[in-house]
Amino acid sequence: MAIVVTVTSGKGGVGKTTSSAAIAAGLAQAGHRTAVIDFDVGLRNLDLVMGVERRVVFDFVSVISGEASLNQALIQDKRLEQLSILAASQTKDKDALTEDGVGQVIKQLADMGFEYIICDSPAGIERGATMALHFADHAVIVTNPEVSSVRDSDRILGILQSKSKRAKEGGKVYEHLLITRYDPVRVDYGEMLSKEDVCDILAVKLMGVIPESKAVLKASNTGFPVILDTESDAGMAYSDAVARFLGEDRPLRFVTPKKQGLLSRFLSGGD
Amino acid sequence: MRIFGLFGRKKKSSATAARERLQILISHERQNRLGPDFLPDLQREILEVVKKYVAVRDDQVSIRLDREGDATVLELNVILPES
Repeated sequence: MAIVVTVTSGKGGVGKTTSSAAIAAGLAQAGHRTAVIDFDVGLRNLDLVMGVERRVVFDFVSVISGEASLNQALIQDKRLEQLSILAASQTKDKDALTEDGVGQVIKQLADMGFEYIICDSPAGIERGATMALHFADHAVIVTNPEVSSVRDSDRILGILQSKSKRAKEGGKVYEHLLITRYDPVRVDYGEMLSKEDVCDILAVKLMGVIPESKAVLKASNTGFPVILDTESDAGMAYSDAVARFLGEDRPLRFVTPKKQGLLSRFLSGGD
Repeated sequence: MRIFGLFGRKKKSSATAARERLQILISHERQNRLGPDFLPDLQREILEVVKKYVAVRDDQVSIRLDREGDATVLELNVILPES
């Protein structure tokens, strides 16, 4: 049976699509057959972040409406044999995502032998987002160390715990916290919530901390999941997070400020 | 500002303020979330019934649910106008 992993946050711009691409690529790298679905109907972007934007012919909605088969719509990644992408529709209405339709696509993917189905949720709590949450076995809550993001994450946790299929059937969704855009220097200066603060407030098990990194923009510029940039801090942090998701015990990296000399601390100035 | 940080002079940081505000807000929001779904509807309907007999404003009726041990207490407050 396939495992459905929903990447969600409530708030926009915190790194859901970057994280979905990284997690999907990481799972595929680890040898698991993985499909990643963009649930942001009307505003698709996963295709761009994954570098497959020119190969989209059919999409998630065309499969649900019966215009195309799942096989026609799935885009096989050229870098990772185990990875496939299902793009969102750019034109259709978000109400095109029906519970039955989404459920059938997930079932078909499972029947095709996919082990992991990553659902890249849109921001907000409207249809696309609730559909992505509904079928989750696991949820990765992407949170920035910032008040509105933490609050929205808590709201999403509430929805998961009451409205998801698993919750309604008396079970629970496995929750994982992924803190992104973390700046250890600012945390050290008391200018940013620490990872401990965020974990305490949300009371969710920490899956990883991704540092604020130039590598993320560079990766999306070139359509390359950042986890494949194995030299970069963000790439390594995502690799650790995926390994932890798969049950490995790895210490956190990039969560303390790099050692700086006294002079460079003066010169770095206040900002 | 960072120069002061070097000499260990620290006032309450903005991150501490963020943490404290979030802790208060989120515990409040969780409380509301735990309440049953029908509470807003119940409040609206009670308000309608009260309004049939007494002229009260919407904000003069409040309803809340408190958990005390095993029991749940439904508390209804209606402020009746004088006269």
